[in-house]
Amino acid sequence: MSWLQHLPVLPVVIPLVAGAVMLLFAESRRTTRTFIALSATLANLAVAALLVYVANRGLPEIWPEGIAVYLLGGWEAPFGIVLVADRLSAVMLMLTAVLALASLVYALARWKRMGPHFQSLFQFLIMGVNGAFLTGDLFNLFVFVEVLLAASYGLLLHGLGAARVKAGLHYIVINLAASLVFLIGVALIYGASGTLNMADLAVRVPGLDDGDRILFEAGAAILGVAFLVKAGAWPLNFWLPAAYGAAAAPVAAAFSILTKVGIYALLRLGSLLSVSGAPAPFNDGWLFGIGMVTLALGTAGMLSVQQPQRLAAYCVIVSAGTLLAALGLGGEGMKGAAMFYLVSSVLATGAFFMLSEMIERTQRFGDNAIDVSLESFGLDDPLDPDRPDEVVGIVLPAAMAFLGLSFVSCALLVTGLPPLSGFVGKFMILSATLGTAPLEAVPASTWALWAAMLGSGLVGIIALCRMGMRLFWSSDEIVTPRLHLTEAAPVAVLLLLSMGLTAGAGPAANYLALTEISLSSPRIYIDAVLGNGLLSSPSNGAGEPE
Amino acid sequence: MEIVYALAIGVLTGSGVWLLLRPRTFQVIIGFSLLSYAVNLFIFGMGRLAVHLPPIIATLDPDPTRFDDPVPQALVLTAIVISFATTALFLVVLLASRGLTGTDHVDGEEEPEP
Repeated sequence: MSWLQHLPVLPVVIPLVAGAVMLLFAESRRTTRTFIALSATLANLAVAALLVYVANRGLPEIWPEGIAVYLLGGWEAPFGIVLVADRLSAVMLMLTAVLALASLVYALARWKRMGPHFQSLFQFLIMGVNGAFLTGDLFNLFVFVEVLLAASYGLLLHGLGAARVKAGLHYIVINLAASLVFLIGVALIYGASGTLNMADLAVRVPGLDDGDRILFEAGAAILGVAFLVKAGAWPLNFWLPAAYGAAAAPVAAAFSILTKVGIYALLRLGSLLSVSGAPAPFNDGWLFGIGMVTLALGTAGMLSVQQPQRLAAYCVIVSAGTLLAALGLGGEGMKGAAMFYLVSSVLATGAFFMLSEMIERTQRFGDNAIDVSLESFGLDDPLDPDRPDEVVGIVLPAAMAFLGLSFVSCALLVTGLPPLSGFVGKFMILSATLGTAPLEAVPASTWALWAAMLGSGLVGIIALCRMGMRLFWSSDEIVTPRLHLTEAAPVAVLLLLSMGLTAGAGPAANYLALTEISLSSPRIYIDAVLGNGLLSSPSNGAGEPE
Repeated sequence: MEIVYALAIGVLTGSGVWLLLRPRTFQVIIGFSLLSYAVNLFIFGMGRLAVHLPPIIATLDPDPTRFDDPVPQALVLTAIVISFATTALFLVVLLASRGLTGTDHVDGEEEPEP
């Protein structure tokens, strides 16, 4: 059993080692690097699956509660660095691993050759995301977010091109500013409470005196702003469509998990602090309002764009808005429902980003951006039919049929129409808002959420229909694109997974309902992190003296 | 000392934010440097200002007034490394942008002369 004890650190170590080892091989040794990248991502997936199992069932010998705690260097929790994998972290890790594998396979066809060190940067991105989901203290959350951002800067610029550099410049500026805000928030919280460990924080906050409490809440509000920037919330999301719309397709697909890091952080801190009343940005009407505006403007944005990839970027904003509004509204079953929607929307937007790039190839003029990057790297155009060694692309006879079907599936998923999992997620959120209250007692904010979510679905389907008609039915200009199997398969797998999520909605919803239960009783998490109840027993939790 | 310290942070932050909002990439990067100095000083300030106190408990007497808080120093060290690295990365992107667009305007294009 000894190796299982080290399970929570593996999602950070595997991508780190793989990314570093790949740097040792020359850029020309593609097969070796691809082999390393694929095996690391597969190992990551296996570890994530094991962690989901452990979080769900628990390991009687080491983690009976199912909360896997890893003390780095063996230091006790409030003083050392701690990694924690509970149900919420485990499901986010699993989602990251699936998305990473799909994007990586998609990139194998040609994107990895567009610039140096794609594979390494990709592994570092996975490492940052995994670390952010696992970490148990605020400062390491900052560090891991910086790791994932640094990798994402490199990946966003992957392939170069003026549009990409311009979008990347704005993306970097916004995120650097957000990181500084993040640091100010962390420092204020440390100054007020004297701890950075999130579990320890949850224990100490109820005992703060008034002056420190105000400082702490100010710090939490500042931290909340940083999280909202990451989550793509209005008015801090103007960078998102440009950046995600300009990124290379597999990169944009992998990015669709990044905004969820902000949502995860809000959810995690909000649930830990909920015992003493979470500060405004984590559990309140503010979050609901911001989410509603984000949802409305994201929906309007969907109508305003012409390129498929930008449309997918606005889908990310819509999903962020829906999640923020739903979490802000609260209610029994809401966190579980929101998590279901999150999983479904990440799978859908990931598939949509990859699909939109393939769809753009059906338009003759669609490859402008790629041409620039090809010239700047002195590479041959892999799509050029005259190229002698034709490796990319067997012509799938059913290429257009595949694209059309996938587009329809994506549209159904992102707008939340039946029968796919987007609908189930939306339905779960909407039914969680009603709860058991009589219909007359339902507050106006609930109806506002209903209107916004159903309205955004309607507007979304209008936007997607319009785009679908323009892309697939304007028969004259369409070129049947060459699709490589490694490009089509990831999209198909992601869509099939969403369908599987629909079919297995019962077990998935049960797991997520258990996730919500463990989130709403943070005592277990706190005791697990702070040394299995040795340092703080449940009886003296509230108002414990410092 | 607190007043001087607070003023220093305030001046650095004010200058940094002002430079950040300027249209030239060079001003933006200098603004970021100033802001990260301000934030690092702020983290230090959050660990209590003290003079001539060791950050490590050397004696058996854990009297908190006789040593400085070591955590903010560790945090600042990390934050410096990270902001240095990201600034360097940002600089490379600035140069790439300058090379590709031929201008140092943050939008990649000059606004027309009035």
